[in-house]
Amino acid sequence: MYMKKLALAGAAALLGSAAFAGGHGAACPTAGKVSVVGNEFPAIQTVGAGAMSCAGGDVEVSTNLTADHQKINLAGMQGDPAEYTSAIIANSSIVALMNEDVIRPLDDLVAKHGDGLKPNQLVTINGNVMAVAFMANAQHLVYRADVLEEIGVAPPTTYEEMLAAAEMIRDKGIMQNPVGGAYAAGWNLAQEFNNMFLGYGGQHFKPATAEPSVNSPAGVEALTMMKALSEYMNPDFLTHDSNATNAEYRAGNVALMNMWGSRAATLVTAEGVPQEVVDGFAIAGPMTVGGGSIPASTLWWDGWTVAKNVSDADAEATFLAMKKAIDPSILADGDVATQAVWLIDGYEPTPAAVGVFAAANAGTIPYPMLPYMGLMHTALGNELADFMQGKESAEQALADVEAAYIAAAKEKGFLK
Amino acid sequence: MKHKTFFWFFLPTALAMLIFIAAPIVSVVMQSLFTPHEAVLVETKNCGPFGCTTATTIDQEATAALRDAEPMGRFVGFDIYKDRGHLATAEVAEAWHSRDSLSGFFGDIYDLPFYRALTFTLTYTFVVTPLLIILGFVIAISVNSLHRKLKGLVIFFSLLPMIVTPLVGSLILFWMIDSRGILGNFISYLANDPDISLKASTPLMWVSLIVYGIWSSAPFAFVVFYAGLQTVPRDTIESAMIDGATRWQQTRYVVIPHLMPLVTFVALIQLMDNFRVFEPVVGFQAQAHATTLSWIIFNDLGGETRQLSAAATTSVLTILGVAILLSPVLIRTWRDFRGRA
Repeated sequence: MYMKKLALAGAAALLGSAAFAGGHGAACPTAGKVSVVGNEFPAIQTVGAGAMSCAGGDVEVSTNLTADHQKINLAGMQGDPAEYTSAIIANSSIVALMNEDVIRPLDDLVAKHGDGLKPNQLVTINGNVMAVAFMANAQHLVYRADVLEEIGVAPPTTYEEMLAAAEMIRDKGIMQNPVGGAYAAGWNLAQEFNNMFLGYGGQHFKPATAEPSVNSPAGVEALTMMKALSEYMNPDFLTHDSNATNAEYRAGNVALMNMWGSRAATLVTAEGVPQEVVDGFAIAGPMTVGGGSIPASTLWWDGWTVAKNVSDADAEATFLAMKKAIDPSILADGDVATQAVWLIDGYEPTPAAVGVFAAANAGTIPYPMLPYMGLMHTALGNELADFMQGKESAEQALADVEAAYIAAAKEKGFLK
Repeated sequence: MKHKTFFWFFLPTALAMLIFIAAPIVSVVMQSLFTPHEAVLVETKNCGPFGCTTATTIDQEATAALRDAEPMGRFVGFDIYKDRGHLATAEVAEAWHSRDSLSGFFGDIYDLPFYRALTFTLTYTFVVTPLLIILGFVIAISVNSLHRKLKGLVIFFSLLPMIVTPLVGSLILFWMIDSRGILGNFISYLANDPDISLKASTPLMWVSLIVYGIWSSAPFAFVVFYAGLQTVPRDTIESAMIDGATRWQQTRYVVIPHLMPLVTFVALIQLMDNFRVFEPVVGFQAQAHATTLSWIIFNDLGGETRQLSAAATTSVLTILGVAILLSPVLIRTWRDFRGRA
């Protein structure tokens, strides 16, 4: 199943390759149209800028990096010729593009121009290379070392310890709502449920079917834990996405939170962050829950694809420009090196990468790459807010999730 | 001849309406009756940065063959209309049979996404529309009685809520009512409760959205009524004054009847607009507390897997809702028209 991990050996290979220096320089294409759509966090901005650097002469490059990329990438790739020649996606969002068959297999281009890409960067689906991954991501613990020292506890390794620490911080009057979490109703809330649910050993679907199985003891336990955590959060937690949660941490209102590795690195570099927050900033691996051994988190990769409905020349130009954008030489910039856990040859983990590496080594499950997972995620996002507000029981909320998912899966032809 | 002139005069408008209004509606109705083909799923071996796994993916070749055979997709009739995401006929029947009390029945109904959205949408429409008409009228009367030199400035400021982009306006208010925002802090100070939060309470969120709705739409009513006030016949007002009518009586018996057709017009436009309320729900991130029909359409299209048929179905239901909502006003307008002719 999805239990495969980025093995220690893989991590070691990543570290080992640091000795390597230059050799196969990537070249920009000489002609063609390159148009990139993707998310907008710092690492992806770097990749977008890298592709843009190929613009000039007969090469036309444009990027559209936005948090709403998922709303536009599919529509922008369905035309013929496609508006976007490349979409930067993650293991969750590649599914929507695969489902509609808008991205092309890259095997021929990898054979021709793929030198310098590492085998584990190639995302292979049914024997075809469909994407080139350039970074890994996971949610993990971000905490305030100074606050934990003050109450005399070690950084929590389980959610139960996190709750206990939060209780102590509140009791001592250090912070009123010491726990942060991206619990905004919708995608974020569903993702936090996925983390907790997998941590309790849950499975979203009955094996080898599209039938839901979230209304299970693991589901109820996951929701109960989320509710317990929310008691220590800012009362507006159902409107807090990653950005708002980070703002709370920066303002010194939060001491413990589960945060994305890709956002943790730049957390305290913003202007106006109080000195004690900067000094106390610390990260650790993801936590487990309910005595389980698998962290309550998911592993992600981000990578780029090439559109199917573009000419071979543009596809080749796109491949070259995107490969140039993730050339090992970009790591020479210290800021770029800390932006993400790069899967690029020559990457040396920075202190900011500790959390994601710990997640990979602890056997965190990759986010399920299933055609119907997006529908489940949407159903979870829509139906769990009632429970979090105490308006209905966990069982009722999960029954609603399953009913909403089944209606959507029937419409999309995944269930009869 | 007269008919011919009218025909040529009206032709461009008719064509535009056909292309930009009628055709999309036909397309939406069609999309709501068809759904994607049943997915042909295959087990594949997938490899990536975290190792290899066996997973399910869609068999593109088999699916492409299905698509070529029936490019419109599967015809499902009204199945999507009846599913849980929309009218939920089976769930409603089940709730009716299994619940003894009406409150239990309505509790179950409110748990269904379409009816939940409809509840808020209707509440919003029927609270905001009359209040914004009253507020717009009061502003218009007040501005009209101002000194000539002050009018321009006051009109400009009164129009600001309408000039501000709805999403930006709602975001500004959203930050102000944040538990750490200026209004949020003030309210928790007034209530002497640090945990009180507008964003965490469903009733307070509804109130915020409704207040926002009135604030942003009142200028529209104001502009229309202010223009109308310029056409109130001086003679009638003067005769009323000579008859000893007070200011209130002049307003009540001369101005309001004169503006009545405009009230109908504003009500018509605003009922339609408010029924399609969308931006404030996004701006306020209110989906945990209040959803609307337009928001459901947006949400169906915005997930990782787009649900085109579901969105199309909600669109058709929204169009039907607008039609039902406007029918009394339209019938009245028609009767007035016939009465006058």
